[in-house]
Amino acid sequence: MFKITNKERLAKDITKIVVEAPLIAKKAKAGQFVVVINDDKGERIPLTMADWDRQRGIITLILQDVGFTTHKLAAREIGNCIAHILGPLGHATEIKKLGQVICIGGGVGIAEILPVAGAFKQAGNDVVSIIGARNKELLILEEEMRAVCNELYITTDDGSYGRKGFVTELLKEILDGKTDKRANRQTHLIYAVGPIVMMRAVSDLTRPFRIKTIVSLNTIMVDATGMCGSCRCSVGDQAKFACVDGPDFDGHLVNFQELGKRVNQFKAQEQIIRDTL
Amino acid sequence: MRQKVRQQLPKQRIKNFNEVSQGLSEEQAIAEAKRCLQCKQPKCIDGCPIGIDIPAFISFILQGRRREALWKIKEKNNLPAICGRVCPQEDQCEKLCLLNKKNVPINIGALERYAADCELDKSSVVSPRLAGECLMRKSEVRDSKVAIAGSGPAGLTTAADLAKIGYSVLLFESLHIAGGVLSYGIPEFRLPKVIVHKELEYIESLGVRLDTDVLIGRTLTLSDLFAQGVQAIFLAVGAGLPQFLAIPGENLGCVYSANEFLTRINLMKAYRFPEYATPINIGSRVAVIGGGNVAFDCARVAIRLGRQTQLVYRRTEKEMPARREEIENAKSEGLPFRLLTQPIKILSDKDGFVCGLECIKMELGAPDDSGRRRPVPVQNSNFVLDVDTVIVAVGQKPNPLLAKVTPNLKINPNGTIWVDENLMTSISGVFAGGDIITGADTVISAMGAGKKAAVEIDRYVRKLL
Ligand SMILES: Cc1cc2nc3c(=O)[nH]c(=O)nc-3n(C[C@H](O)[C@H](O)[C@H](O)COP(=O)(O)OP(=O)(O)OC[C@H]3O[C@@H](n4cnc5c(N)ncnc54)[C@H](O)[C@@H]3O)c2cc1C
Ligand SMILES: Cc1cc2nc3c(=O)[nH]c(=O)nc-3n(C[C@H](O)[C@H](O)[C@H](O)COP(=O)(O)OP(=O)(O)OC[C@H]3O[C@@H](n4cnc5c(N)ncnc54)[C@H](O)[C@@H]3O)c2cc1C
Ligand code: FES
Repeated sequence: MFKITNKERLAKDITKIVVEAPLIAKKAKAGQFVVVINDDKGERIPLTMADWDRQRGIITLILQDVGFTTHKLAAREIGNCIAHILGPLGHATEIKKLGQVICIGGGVGIAEILPVAGAFKQAGNDVVSIIGARNKELLILEEEMRAVCNELYITTDDGSYGRKGFVTELLKEILDGKTDKRANRQTHLIYAVGPIVMMRAVSDLTRPFRIKTIVSLNTIMVDATGMCGSCRCSVGDQAKFACVDGPDFDGHLVNFQELGKRVNQFKAQEQIIRDTL
Repeated sequence: MRQKVRQQLPKQRIKNFNEVSQGLSEEQAIAEAKRCLQCKQPKCIDGCPIGIDIPAFISFILQGRRREALWKIKEKNNLPAICGRVCPQEDQCEKLCLLNKKNVPINIGALERYAADCELDKSSVVSPRLAGECLMRKSEVRDSKVAIAGSGPAGLTTAADLAKIGYSVLLFESLHIAGGVLSYGIPEFRLPKVIVHKELEYIESLGVRLDTDVLIGRTLTLSDLFAQGVQAIFLAVGAGLPQFLAIPGENLGCVYSANEFLTRINLMKAYRFPEYATPINIGSRVAVIGGGNVAFDCARVAIRLGRQTQLVYRRTEKEMPARREEIENAKSEGLPFRLLTQPIKILSDKDGFVCGLECIKMELGAPDDSGRRRPVPVQNSNFVLDVDTVIVAVGQKPNPLLAKVTPNLKINPNGTIWVDENLMTSISGVFAGGDIITGADTVISAMGAGKKAAVEIDRYVRKLL
């Protein structure tokens, strides 16, 4: 059993929970995820580890309430136990000293880039991050991000905070050398996590610049150990299992259109069970 | 007369997930046991991969001593209620039974199940004799720890055998429920989960410590285990990697690997959605591709979910690798076979869901490596099956994950873990067995490997003492 030791609402619909999971905490690396089963009738859902503390044996999960299971999890209280957590899963993000790395997070994706940005910084990179949300109320982890980045840019779709617009618009300015601080600086890697449309837009934008762009794919998963193929996706001309071959992939090779369709496979069922809440 | 097991009627059973076979009644079991010739040199035992003393347990049944019959079986087999239900007896013990010459072999599987089921509503125990033996051997190895990765039949067997001789056994399973294919693969109507649960309880009662939600290689590595004082490790991680056909359209919505389909249904109980939260999206017309046990399990699940279902297989019925009994059961449940048919493309509707399966007709050519005649396509024979759901059940390969994250673990070109004749891998003290060394095989052969591994591990650890 995995006890919830802390819980905090970060924004409307976004909740942080801290859970006792000593074995997982000991092995966790940036970019890896866990599978969580809320209760004995629950489904298995993947969640990225936003943080962990090896000494205290805890991991932090940040989840957006988008449906039945995330809603149930967000409703759990401190002291409650989560039935099952398996991890750490997937390959850790490849962290190297490269030079300048731009990390881009959209919505709850900010929680997923936080540890990666931190790891790149620690490896001696110059880390620039762009984080975006629909509006000010939905923006999370600004302080935490600022602490691990050399520079942090913020966008909101409605302009209620930071720059008005999408993360890609700001990224384009940086790549075009329009932001004064970044003029003539080469970008060595881009790491983007967020909604599929965002990851796709980032990848399309960076392709002509030939900057390596890594995205973390949020496919639908069941076992998350490579046994079912629910998470399959097309990368280049290859079929990949996101849970064991990923979740990080080269954004320039990912078939986002197919991915977009695959995450909608259970729309009708998701609605049915949401109505039981 | 060979006794036939009682069954739920097809009309009735296609509407539920309850077990199809109801086993033998007492009179039937005794009548069947009476037919056994009690051969001086019984051939049936040679056909059993773990060498159960078949005539001996049958003679106990004949004397009405059902429990002793079970103890006899349990001397060799830790999971009799399971084997009695899912072993391909027709290729093993029953094939070598003298009475098979007249096509009426003893129904050994049904008798094994009959013996095993006497404990169904009681707690399982080892026979007094075995318990005595275990106690005697306990002292020397009591402080020795062995870790096992994977709780399918191979891992469970090794765990039980080592625990019986006194080892402290740590059994790790990555899923949240133990049992391997027995839990996530084989459906309820063929192997009720209470039976698997019961057998797991028995294994835990022997002192085995079972930890689910631990992925060996990730949550704990082999080095972690050795660092914790484990003296030997057994890898029994199975052949769970689903194979696809590599045809266009395979990533459409409503295309499932057999493993995904069965895992959602059996392990996650999607057939009871939304009481259980895991969904499954199945249209009204299902095609299952394949001809093995796995394909039949998928098809019969789909039938029970009320879907119009057909089986698409590229060879003929004779070449089907599934258990005979299940082929017959499926037929009586009304499953149509599309034989000599090879899918070549899955057609998509505008939203990215299946709207048809394009196939080509096949004919049988010369025999291939497996001795079965190789199917070859008939030119210009393409046609489209009107289906909206496709389940791909064309085989599983060894699980690659552990090998990928474990340096120095030697892998064969076909993905199986390399082992020497004592089942030791390229890493000293690390053994492997079951589907991970053979590729997808059977429950009983995985158990056979588990038994051998227990002997080899015991020998290895004693040398270290
Ligand atoms: C590797 C990985 C890491 C993830 N990390 C996080 C995380 O840190 N925080 C977080 O909030 N979410 C994360 N997700 C997404 C999260 O798993 C899904 O939001 C969750 O499974 C939805 O379950 P539900 O029952 O609440 O909603 P459902 O009702 O099942 O789904 C609601 C909506 O979410 C979509 N959806 C369903 N499953 C997924 C999925 N796996 N990925 C994306 N969209 C999905 C559906 O299409 C639907 O529109 C991650 C996914 C993956 C694969
Ligand atoms: C649908 C289906 C129907 C079948 N029907 C029959 C039948 O009727 N008769 C028959 O004889 N055989 C049948 N088989 C085949 C039989 O089930 C297998 O040959 C047998 O289960 C193999 O046993 P195993 O112990 O090697 O592996 P498995 O049963 O596959 O168990 C391996 C276990 O290891 C776990 N695991 C994997 N990696 C790790 C890791 N790194 N750490 C921890 N745990 C891990 C897996 O989750 C799994 O639970 C069927 C198979 C399927 C899929
Ligand atoms: S989630 Fe099952 S294989 Fe990836």
